[in-house]
Amino acid sequence: MMHRLVHPVAAPFPMLLIGCVGLLLGWTVIGLAGLVRPRSVVLAGRLLFPLGALLGLALAVLAGASLLGGGIERLILPIGLPNLPMHLRLDPLSSIFLLLLGASSFGISLFAGGYFRVGEGTAPGLLCLQYHLFLAAMGLVLIADDAYSFLVAWEVMALASYFLVTTQHRIAEIRRAGFIYLLMAHVGAICLLLCFGVLQGGGWHFTFHAMRSAHLSLGWATVAFALALLGFGAKAGLVPLHVWLPEAHPAAPSPVSALMSGVMLKTAVYGMLRVGLDLLGRPVWWWGLAPLILGLFTIVYGVLFAAVQTDMKRLLAYSSVENIGMVFTGIGLTIVFAGSGLKVIAALALLATLYHCLNHAFMKSLLFLGTGSVLHATGERNLGRLGGLIHRMPWVAWLTLIGTLAIAGLPPLNGFVSEWLLLQSFLFTGHLPHAFVNLLIPMAMALVVLGAALAGYVMVKFYGVIFLGQPREAALARAHDCGWLERIGLTWLALGCVALGLFPLQVIRALGAVTHQLVGAVVPQSSSHWWLLAPVPDRSVSYEPLVFLTATLAVVLMTVLAVRLTYRQRERRGPAWDCGAGNLTARMQDTAEGFGQPIRHLFRPFFQIERELPEPTDRAPRYRVVVRERIWRLVYEPISGAVEGLANTAARLQQGRISVYLLYSFLTLLVLLAVALLR
Amino acid sequence: MTHLPLYQQLLDSCAALLLLLSFAMLSQRRVVALVNLYAVQGAVLAATTLLLAWRTGQDHLYVSAALTLALKVMLLPWLLHRLIRRLQVHRDTEPLLNVSGTMLVGLVIVVFAFSLAQPITRLASTATRSAIGIALAVVLLAFLMMITRRKAVSQVMGFLSMENGVLFGAMSASYGMPMIVELGMALDVLVAVLVLGVFFFQIRERFDSLDLHHLESLKEHQ
Repeated sequence: MMHRLVHPVAAPFPMLLIGCVGLLLGWTVIGLAGLVRPRSVVLAGRLLFPLGALLGLALAVLAGASLLGGGIERLILPIGLPNLPMHLRLDPLSSIFLLLLGASSFGISLFAGGYFRVGEGTAPGLLCLQYHLFLAAMGLVLIADDAYSFLVAWEVMALASYFLVTTQHRIAEIRRAGFIYLLMAHVGAICLLLCFGVLQGGGWHFTFHAMRSAHLSLGWATVAFALALLGFGAKAGLVPLHVWLPEAHPAAPSPVSALMSGVMLKTAVYGMLRVGLDLLGRPVWWWGLAPLILGLFTIVYGVLFAAVQTDMKRLLAYSSVENIGMVFTGIGLTIVFAGSGLKVIAALALLATLYHCLNHAFMKSLLFLGTGSVLHATGERNLGRLGGLIHRMPWVAWLTLIGTLAIAGLPPLNGFVSEWLLLQSFLFTGHLPHAFVNLLIPMAMALVVLGAALAGYVMVKFYGVIFLGQPREAALARAHDCGWLERIGLTWLALGCVALGLFPLQVIRALGAVTHQLVGAVVPQSSSHWWLLAPVPDRSVSYEPLVFLTATLAVVLMTVLAVRLTYRQRERRGPAWDCGAGNLTARMQDTAEGFGQPIRHLFRPFFQIERELPEPTDRAPRYRVVVRERIWRLVYEPISGAVEGLANTAARLQQGRISVYLLYSFLTLLVLLAVALLR
Repeated sequence: MTHLPLYQQLLDSCAALLLLLSFAMLSQRRVVALVNLYAVQGAVLAATTLLLAWRTGQDHLYVSAALTLALKVMLLPWLLHRLIRRLQVHRDTEPLLNVSGTMLVGLVIVVFAFSLAQPITRLASTATRSAIGIALAVVLLAFLMMITRRKAVSQVMGFLSMENGVLFGAMSASYGMPMIVELGMALDVLVAVLVLGVFFFQIRERFDSLDLHHLESLKEHQ
């Protein structure tokens, strides 16, 4: 028997919610306006996308206000099928994700305004429609309060993003990537449909309110939870349902990749939290083990594959898989703690989860946009043909550096905060009243640490190969920096990373409303110092990002000064890293393949490797390595084989002869008549 | 032997005639003769309807009889004859099952239809209730004919004959269907023949033949 927590009474007039609905409508209108002159880049890029960005900012402000207010607003719109109005609701959980959507889409839309141009793919105006429909659908997913609106919005989101992914639809490879994405999206959607079917619990009311008060037996509740994990896991990219991510992200235009990776994956996290912690009431503790184990596996799997990639967007896609693993690990921990009645610690784990979602939205969008600028400037996605771009594209390079450091989990940026919080919450598993589990989970923490460390390794590779060293191709000398709209977009996202890193306390206070709503507790703030993050009062762990930043800056400044003072008059500039030998060529530097080699070697069983080694006597040696996922052969090929076999069996019915078809209906008729006769 | 009233004897004879005509169509291989048989079947149907209308005094049956006469005895046979002349089809090729075999299967089907109709016959209160089995048999025999023929024209004949059976069944069980349904069906049949006529020309143009086994090449898997 599940009972939901008692929530505060709804506000009488849903002002903020109406504002949000208005903004989503605004996005739709902006999208439609793109159709007025579909081939005009000026209209879409210079007017509509920046306008959409402003709406995103407004949405972030509204969501922020709602989050600080902590109230719940409801609205019923008579739209849709007869007797099936649209229920909408704005509560802290929706608000935090709306904030994420609005704030990161502000930067992404500004960037997109400068990014899209007329190519051979979809016209800019049509792209504008798809893009803004995608945004509006994601917003609707977050405020939907009945299964019907939720699924409609969910599907609009999937379809709009499918069309965005296949922008370059004349390339067969991209169409294939789009198909895989669409397929996985539909598999997930079927799971969700079934999940809501179970959640209504026999009352046949599909509002979330009815689902909260439905009484499910333990078995059915578990089924609902498993279906939700499958459905939302497929959207989020939980291994082994992640296969669409490394295909779709490189295929999509960069702002779309940023939006999908930064925001859309988070809607799946939102759905998981909504179903797991809200609709199902108080969860059973061992449910959490499933997302926990899958999440841990996803972390390691994602980061290992990221380490061996040679396509920069594919690398980022695998890095997204890893980060989603972190988030689901956090969800798993939250459920384990909440189900065991440890509310405050559950709140801590949930806090880490939400914080990581916010962080990832900013840093991954920033990185994807950075790769977009590189792609535009050089026309190259292959890491083996990039390099030394920091001199040609200083804006992109320096802003991307912030994202790189953040995602590598270095203080004082934001990635560190959420990973630190997650590790902190791992340390409390000793309090769990279940033997073995409280022993095993801290060991699993080692995997998180491994993931975080390898993520740093991956980011060194990503940044070093693209921006540092010497250009590997002559054409790179013509690379140009990005335009002013793109600069604003990138700067906004970078600022987000810095702010989330420097002011964790304020963020955590704002997130209190969400943890209160979902697990009924708030992480206590022991310290009265506004800069000191000490989430656990009775322990002496604390983190002071501002102090850290100040100290680091002081050390750097003092070093520079000391060097200047000591070696005054004796400085000279020379080429970096040539060890005095001179004549370094681009082929002497470490390549993406070379950098990933140790990982490929150490974790060999994970990969399916095809390698071509050159002959020692070869004058123009070429080295080629292709790393594939074993999961295709282990999971997906048997499934597709079985489906094809079944389809071929069924296809035998198709004889092509009308007589045979007539015979089918004749025999059916006879059998039915005979059945009627015998009864 | 019980003494039946005259009209009942007439009705039963008509029903028997219909069944006989169905068998005749099943065995007939010449397409022109097939159309003639269809016209005769229509005429018998019209006569039955007229008889029933006179006996039961239901006015709408007169209309139905007139409709049957106009459509199935005159218009459709005329259309079909014209079609056959223009398409130059006279004989169907060897059917998929030989004539005697088809006849034997037909016999089994008639027995099946009669046993099937028994419970309905007991429930119905119409004068023609004994003919329900015959009507069912006519429908199923027409279906059988569609299965065993190769030429598109013969299949259309089967389809039309089946419609006759349905109409006869409705009449036997409940003195016909509501007028509007009957009108609709008549229109349907007319349109179907016209559309299928167009199809014949298309098929012949494409494959130089009306033999339907050419359509087998349209299936997806070879």
